Amino acid sequence: MPKLTINGMEIEVEQGTSLIQAAEMLGVEIPRFCYHDKLSVPANCRMCLVEVEGGPPKPVASCAMACGEGMVVKTDSPMVQKARKGVMEMLLINHPLDCPICDQGGECDLQDQAVAYGMDRSRFHENKRAVKDKELGPLIETTMTRCINCTRCVRFSEEIAGTPTLGQFHRGEDAEIGTFIDKIVDTELSGNLIDICPVGALTSKPYAFKARSWELKKTESIDVHDAVGSNIRVDSRGNEVMRILPRLNEDVNEEWISDKTRFAYDGLKRARLDRPYIRDADSGKLKEVSWAEALGVIAAKLKTIKGEHIAALAGDLADVESMVALKDLLESLGSPNMDCRTDGAKFDPTNRAGYIFNSGIAGIEEADHIILVGTNPRTEATMINARIRKAWLERRVKITVIGPKAELTYPYEYAGATPQDLEKFVKAHAGKLKAEKPLMIVGAGAFQREDGEALHKVLCDSADKLGLIRDDWNGFNILHHAASRVGALDIGFLPQAGGKGFEDIIAGTKDGSTKALFLLNADEFDARSSIGWKTFVIYQGHHGDHAAARADVILPGAAYTEKTATYVNTEGRVQMTHQAIFPPGEAKEDWKIIRALSEALGKTLPYNTGAELRKHIQTTWKTFAETDVLNGEKWGTFGEKGKLSKDAFVSPVKQYYLTNPIARASKTMQECTGAFAANTSAPKIVEAAE
Amino acid sequence: MLSDQDRIFTNIYGWNSFSLKDAKKRGDWDKTADIIKLGRDKIIEEMKASGLRGRGGAGFPTGLKWSFMPKDSGKPHYLVVNADESEPGTCKDRDILRYEPHKLLEGCLIAGFAMGANAAYIYIRGEFYNEGSEVERAIAEAYDAGLLGKNAAGSGWDFDVYLHRGAGAYICGEETALIESLEGNKGQPRNKPPFPAMAGLYSCPTTVNNVETIAVAPTIMRRGANWFSNLGLNEKNAGTKLFCISGHVNQPCNVEEEMGIPLKELIERHCGGVRGGWDNLLGVIPGGSSTPVLTKETCDSINMDFDSLKEAGSGLGTAGVIVMDKSTDIIYAIARLSQFYMHESCGQCTPCREGAGWLWRVMTRMVKGQATIEEIDMLYEVTKEIEGHTICALGDAAAWPVQGLIRHFRPEMEKRIMEYRKAAA
Repeated sequence: MPKLTINGMEIEVEQGTSLIQAAEMLGVEIPRFCYHDKLSVPANCRMCLVEVEGGPPKPVASCAMACGEGMVVKTDSPMVQKARKGVMEMLLINHPLDCPICDQGGECDLQDQAVAYGMDRSRFHENKRAVKDKELGPLIETTMTRCINCTRCVRFSEEIAGTPTLGQFHRGEDAEIGTFIDKIVDTELSGNLIDICPVGALTSKPYAFKARSWELKKTESIDVHDAVGSNIRVDSRGNEVMRILPRLNEDVNEEWISDKTRFAYDGLKRARLDRPYIRDADSGKLKEVSWAEALGVIAAKLKTIKGEHIAALAGDLADVESMVALKDLLESLGSPNMDCRTDGAKFDPTNRAGYIFNSGIAGIEEADHIILVGTNPRTEATMINARIRKAWLERRVKITVIGPKAELTYPYEYAGATPQDLEKFVKAHAGKLKAEKPLMIVGAGAFQREDGEALHKVLCDSADKLGLIRDDWNGFNILHHAASRVGALDIGFLPQAGGKGFEDIIAGTKDGSTKALFLLNADEFDARSSIGWKTFVIYQGHHGDHAAARADVILPGAAYTEKTATYVNTEGRVQMTHQAIFPPGEAKEDWKIIRALSEALGKTLPYNTGAELRKHIQTTWKTFAETDVLNGEKWGTFGEKGKLSKDAFVSPVKQYYLTNPIARASKTMQECTGAFAANTSAPKIVEAAE
Repeated sequence: MLSDQDRIFTNIYGWNSFSLKDAKKRGDWDKTADIIKLGRDKIIEEMKASGLRGRGGAGFPTGLKWSFMPKDSGKPHYLVVNADESEPGTCKDRDILRYEPHKLLEGCLIAGFAMGANAAYIYIRGEFYNEGSEVERAIAEAYDAGLLGKNAAGSGWDFDVYLHRGAGAYICGEETALIESLEGNKGQPRNKPPFPAMAGLYSCPTTVNNVETIAVAPTIMRRGANWFSNLGLNEKNAGTKLFCISGHVNQPCNVEEEMGIPLKELIERHCGGVRGGWDNLLGVIPGGSSTPVLTKETCDSINMDFDSLKEAGSGLGTAGVIVMDKSTDIIYAIARLSQFYMHESCGQCTPCREGAGWLWRVMTRMVKGQATIEEIDMLYEVTKEIEGHTICALGDAAAWPVQGLIRHFRPEMEKRIMEYRKAAA
């Protein structure tokens, strides 16, 4: 533990801490461009130079110099000031200084630091260098003349994303960043290049020339495009989402987000349901009506139907509040028929430890053997895949895959594709796994099969046999891909006593036992072909997608940027979205719609405000008591003994960029699907790790 | 003056063949096993006592450098020989490689043994195509004779030597850039620390030495540290050194001389004097292009060694002496060097990447006089913004020639500017 002095302040730091980190701990700010605490250290921008007394008579790069015992560091001496001024001048001589037309303006590291260290005029009277722009795909706009060659993007794509497409080629002042042979940056994390670029060389293509950072309202929220629950910041202007940026949460998404999270927001402006509709009995077409009319039609219809013939399904984007309200409403109507597993997954939801990501996402970094079962985390949960890559990059953790073979950005050992291969692996390694903290990630998609519950049982036994469960470690993880799922399971949005599950409900629409069906954001199955024509279908959601096309009544709800709502991510972490903008037209917050419907039905639900409803949730289910924490779940047994089929595991995500109604409505996501088609359809095969 | 008996490189002019047979006649590979049998510590001690300083430019004591190699790292150790001789004005390693390769190979074995390395990589400049082929032939000869390989030269030490050809980048002569290049990466210098002795090639302990440094080691070991340290100016600037004299002299040449020989004597005795006589001398760049130029007044009395030249505000560098007589356009000459450094900057660090080009552009205008007097001061400030602010010394190397020019030839620059103005008016 070296002790050193920085600007006269003493600090003791851990071995290996760099000067820049130590200075940060003391609140001493050191300017930097190339240094990023999640990337390797090239020390090439030379902006973070500091003076170390007693060292060589020249300043040292504080990002690359480790703290040493008794060092005396000065970050504001004349030598340092002079060095930084010099570096800043050098950075600016070939920089175009086109801030007025640059999208980075207002949030540019170079701009900010030029205010502190730059001169008021240039001494450079030569011609400035120009660099040809690069074509990096539908997401990233380039203005390479602005590039200061910090190589953050190169290191990000190589280290974090694991797709080394970018590099610095040529040398000296001809050095430029690019792909050398023109190709697009085909990684699901490419949007982060925009964030880490300290200047305006890499900017967002969809956001180009749309807004200035200082005119945006910033709302902290949660992402719902997958079950990771990435922490995001929604930047809006007026009643329009202008862009989405990541927010730091070391336990969840660190400071990255996937491209779907970042760029699907334009889907929020297209194909929206902005007023209630009912289907005209004569023409069979949908017609616009008022809220009162729509609720009246539903109330009149439901009053004629017995409780046991009413059913409800909650889809991938439903929030906890609305599901609780819907569950309460159904109970008051005497219906036990409800389910949230609209992907057809079959597993035993009785034990919470059996359906959450027990180790936590950050737990991946501790694991020393990762077993992926029936999942492609790169498409199902990009941020979790990035964590696994991090574990591999830092510690070369051993990774075994049983399930679909895909390009996962790290090498792995492939052990087959079927449940039988899993059993074989478990048999071979039972009690012999050479790992202190083994970790298994099972994709929720693995349960989308007839033998789902039997598989759940096998997995439960495997966890014990492989030693995944210990007093201080639970390495059994289910990886969901729907943002609503864990929340729905936690509140028990499942068939109640004697009730029907997803498949029976759908079958009931054909045999007449499901007479009325309430779909809450349920867009993940083909409603038009699977729901029988006689059933009365109520759809509540925000996009005119599959289910709205089949609905008899449409109730327009709010998307995740338009409501303050609770979501539980795959770890069981309770998180809140916050309203950034208002829902379009007459659309309303989802729980309010159900509350209004309950009144129309004469079964008024006992909460009048969102706060009351959340209080009700927190008192009923203890896991909701606190947000952003992980409560360790007690291990138990789950699943049902049964015969396993020989079918191979498949990943539920077929089209990464088109997994939900928002993404499907997004033009950007469609462009991505086209541009990156090669990536999703034909995965390259990775050789085994050893 | 160095007597013939004290010369280390007896075939530096290629008058005899480089082959093993002839090399042995010259005394190479003579009882190498006995030297090895002295043991690691004794060899390093002897090298330290000899006062040999690195011949690549920086002049770091060689024995000390070898002693930095850890004793038990548990990893393989490597010796890397820097044969990427690209400093303008320097051509000594080239003649060692093509005329005295066995001195180098024997040196590799001794140095490699002293640092616990079982393998040496000779990283040779891409342009040295023929020289590389000759080194390769010498390596093959040595293997055939059992001087390399398992139980090399009967010493009981296994030792392999590999030749690796570079692609002609000046920056790959910087030791960490050389290591990067050797690993197959883009040749860009690494941050230090960690120094190569801790984590070099493939993150293993590595020592990078210049060709000349390694090639003189066997003779030092054979003739004793005392012999070597008694040669030269003083114990800090001891031994013999290959000087490469080029430019406006009557007979440009490579010559082995004692460290600290007066510059004037070096030129007059070995090169037939300055073209047009000593008084026709304008200035001398004493140690390869990166060292600042010396004026005639300094040249009259300066000794050619590390410390004397450092005191004079320049450096011995690689001892590539570039002599310029009064016909030289000194501003153009330095501008040409600026162009070289702009072209060879690796592009990693901001000050060097941007600054080297800036220097060249201003210098180009200075050649014509198309500038202002104040710009001379600005130019000096720009060199100071580059110097010492980069990862490797290329930034310094780009800055120094221009600094030397401004220090010694400012009146010349001002005159040029005034003339241009007059012509323009």
